[in-house]
Amino acid sequence: MNLFGDPAIWLPLAFAALMGTSILIYVVLDGFDLGVGVLSPLAQDHQRDRMIASIGPFWDANETWLVLATGLLLVAFPMAHGAILTALYLPVAIMLIGLILRGVAFEFRAKARVKRKHLWDRAFFAGSLMTSLSQGFMLGLYIVGLEWTWPNILFASITAVCLTAGYAFIGAAWLIIKTENKLQAKAVRWAQLGLFGIIGGLIAVSAASPLVSPRIFDKWFTFPEVFFLAPLPIMSIALVAMLFIALKHLPDEADRWRHVPFICATALFALAFAGLAYSFYPYVVPEKITLYEAASAPESLFIILIGTMFVLPTILAYTALSYIVFRGKAQDLRYD
Amino acid sequence: MDTLILSRIQFGANISFHILFPTITIALGWVLLFFKLRYNKTGDEGWMDAYRFWVKVFALSFAMGVVSGITMSFQFGTNWPGFMEKVGNIAGPLLAYEIMTAFFLEAVFLGIMLFGFSRVPGWLHTTATCLVAIGTTMSTFWIIVLNSWMHTPAGFEMRDGVAHATDWAAIVFNPSMPYRFTHMMLASGLTVAFLIAGLSAYRRLRGDFDRSVKYALRTGVVMAALLIPVQILVGDLHGLNTLEHQPQKVAAMEGNWETRGNVPLVLFALPNEKERRNDYEISIPNGASLILKHSAEGVVPGLNDFIAEDGTRMHPPVAPVFWGFRVMVGTGMAMLALSWFAAFFMWRRGSDAFNKPILYSFLAMSFSGWLATLAGWYTTEIGRQPWLVQGVMTTAEAVADVPAGMVLSTLIAYLTVYALLIAAYVGVLFHLAAKASRGESLQPMTPSSGAAGPALVPAE
Ligand code: HDD
Ligand code: HEM
Ligand code: HEM
Repeated sequence: MNLFGDPAIWLPLAFAALMGTSILIYVVLDGFDLGVGVLSPLAQDHQRDRMIASIGPFWDANETWLVLATGLLLVAFPMAHGAILTALYLPVAIMLIGLILRGVAFEFRAKARVKRKHLWDRAFFAGSLMTSLSQGFMLGLYIVGLEWTWPNILFASITAVCLTAGYAFIGAAWLIIKTENKLQAKAVRWAQLGLFGIIGGLIAVSAASPLVSPRIFDKWFTFPEVFFLAPLPIMSIALVAMLFIALKHLPDEADRWRHVPFICATALFALAFAGLAYSFYPYVVPEKITLYEAASAPESLFIILIGTMFVLPTILAYTALSYIVFRGKAQDLRYD
Repeated sequence: MDTLILSRIQFGANISFHILFPTITIALGWVLLFFKLRYNKTGDEGWMDAYRFWVKVFALSFAMGVVSGITMSFQFGTNWPGFMEKVGNIAGPLLAYEIMTAFFLEAVFLGIMLFGFSRVPGWLHTTATCLVAIGTTMSTFWIIVLNSWMHTPAGFEMRDGVAHATDWAAIVFNPSMPYRFTHMMLASGLTVAFLIAGLSAYRRLRGDFDRSVKYALRTGVVMAALLIPVQILVGDLHGLNTLEHQPQKVAAMEGNWETRGNVPLVLFALPNEKERRNDYEISIPNGASLILKHSAEGVVPGLNDFIAEDGTRMHPPVAPVFWGFRVMVGTGMAMLALSWFAAFFMWRRGSDAFNKPILYSFLAMSFSGWLATLAGWYTTEIGRQPWLVQGVMTTAEAVADVPAGMVLSTLIAYLTVYALLIAAYVGVLFHLAAKASRGESLQPMTPSSGAAGPALVPAE
């Protein structure tokens, strides 16, 4: 246990990294299916069926990453878990109700009486929107320190809209991969619009976090750090530029570039996330509780870590299997 | 009402809603595997049709289970932060193992199980079905370990007011775990058996004599008849185990106030906590002593032993535990009567000869498993009060200091959503059954989570 030095230091760090990774995976994976939900009212009926078919086999596993992320927060940093979730009580409840509505609407829309289908379509959209907005709101409130003041609420409302646009963007990027013809062309247009949301969000967060916290300001804008960190914003700008260019040329003849927007979007999400992680380290509850103060006992963390080392690769392997089984353009989902 | 009581109602409402669906999926996964294996073996389309119908029920129940389960996992943080702060070192790893070993397994292979039939080789489809069933069972195992540990904690020590694990084997195999896990697995099996028998009876009553209905009906009846006696036996052993570790709970279940011998088995009574006696009691002399101590003179602990020096009550509220227990056992007895009668009838005359009274009885009992399961959990959980972790922390210590108004508003929101969803769920099950028995092919409307439009594009 002391192989890597003091376990009270490296274990919390390892768990923070694990948790960060699962949040990032969640944001990309559930991001695209929430995004598809947010976009769903913009499509015609048969297109909507196709859109939903494109996420049908995946959404459940995607949401499990959220369970894992909160699970890790819960098990590794119980103090922080309580503090964060009680502060975010209402947005969490709204998110949960949103997740309930969209998750069951998936099933009900195809099984209920035909005349009820539109009702469930609306529930699917409403649930996706509630979930995206409340996650964006929570992100914003977390960044500004979990205090319910009017300026903070305003900021959080802005991040709510931006994250929703970001999800819509990555959802559209997914549809570019999974669909063709008219629907694909539509998805390209949605992606172009969503891109502005992402840009807005990146600017808002980059501007706000140094302003609300002198500590974060110092972390970014002191000598030599500025240089090490410079690639982060530069790469983000390059990615945004690439996205603009790629979307101009899509849909292309041979459908060869269809993966580009999704990959760029994933890279962009990852960079933004790395920036956030750097800003907040070593705090799990901004400016209040550090990783090390919030961590569970090393023995308990250790026993989870051992399991994780075996289980996580397995999970990744069979997740990959399911993406391979359902690769290619989305088809109607059938039970046979 | 204060935050504590509202949070308790909210947690109880959420978990009650949640448990309805796992109860179905845990055993239905195995039943689907059985249908699939029968089909693989006999090549009889009847089994595959049964699979196709019930896999839809499974998909719907699974979706309901997943979304309500996500709500559960957030509740610890939003409403019971004290729980993880105090016993997080033990609860944490157990929950982590549930997520990692079970949730991902079921979630990922569910996609292949539902939509992969024509996309993957047959053996992979059967394997996926099997892995999903294993996943739900493992999920049950881990969560029941945690829940049992809360009733009979073991393998830990308290340091500075925080529980630290000392022996993981003792934590996982805590004294009540084997009973609770077996009892819950059987409860799930019975719930599914009666649901299958009930919906199949409904289709029969609508004049549907399809082979798949016959196979399903027979499976349901045989499964119920085999499981119920085992459940009663396990329940009895479970009760003896509880008597050893949580005597106050058994005292409340029996409605027994004084510690004494020759305790009667109370069939009916209105427990009166103010006067500390039972009103309108109807009972069998020496019954409880015989069941719990196997002798008429056996001394059974009573509720009055659990009053602290200063008069605080250290036993659970009596009436809900007393009644929860009776509803569960009563339902179990009704299950025994119906399933054995029907099995006997089937053995002599075949299931095609089931008459209206039998079919209507099964229809009426379609959701009896839900009733017994909820009643059982209420007995167990309310019977643990005022403790959250028996002898370690009380429920009041764990509650969050969120304003009561906020809890009330979310509670109302949840209850509204749940009421609508339960109605929709039950409605859709019968709608699916009616539709199937009208002979409308299951195919065109199958696009479950998917497209209803015509297939415009061929695969790949
Ligand atoms: C991991 C833990 C765990 C598990 C698996 C369960 N419970 Fe529980 N239950 C609790 C942990 C808990 C708790 C956190 O300990 C609660 C919350 C408040 C309380 O009093 O205990 C509780 C309370 C509680 C109450 C309210 C009791 C009261 O306040 O008087 C009900 C009705 C249930 N539960 C029902 C269930 C059902 C139907 C379950 C089936 C799945 C179940 N519980 C599993
Ligand atoms: C307080 C306790 C509980 C919590 C926090 C909880 C949490 C969860 C969560 C988060 C999921 C969704 C997982 C996914 O994304 O696939 C889930 C599903 C599930 N839960 Fe629970 N649960 C609790 C109690 C129980 C109990 C007592 C049982 C069984 C007896 C149970 C059995 C299951 C099963 C089998 C599933 C799989 C989904 C399904 O079959 O519908 N859970 N639970
Ligand atoms: C008829 C005979 C039965 C007996 C004697 C019996 C006995 C018990 C006892 C003593 C408990 C409480 C254990 C404790 O918390 O300490 C319990 C709980 C429970 N019962 Fe039963 N039971 C019977 C039938 C059933 C049936 C038919 C079902 C469902 C189909 C069922 C489902 C449950 C559930 C879900 C629990 C809560 C989980 C647990 O503690 O295991 N029981 N039962």
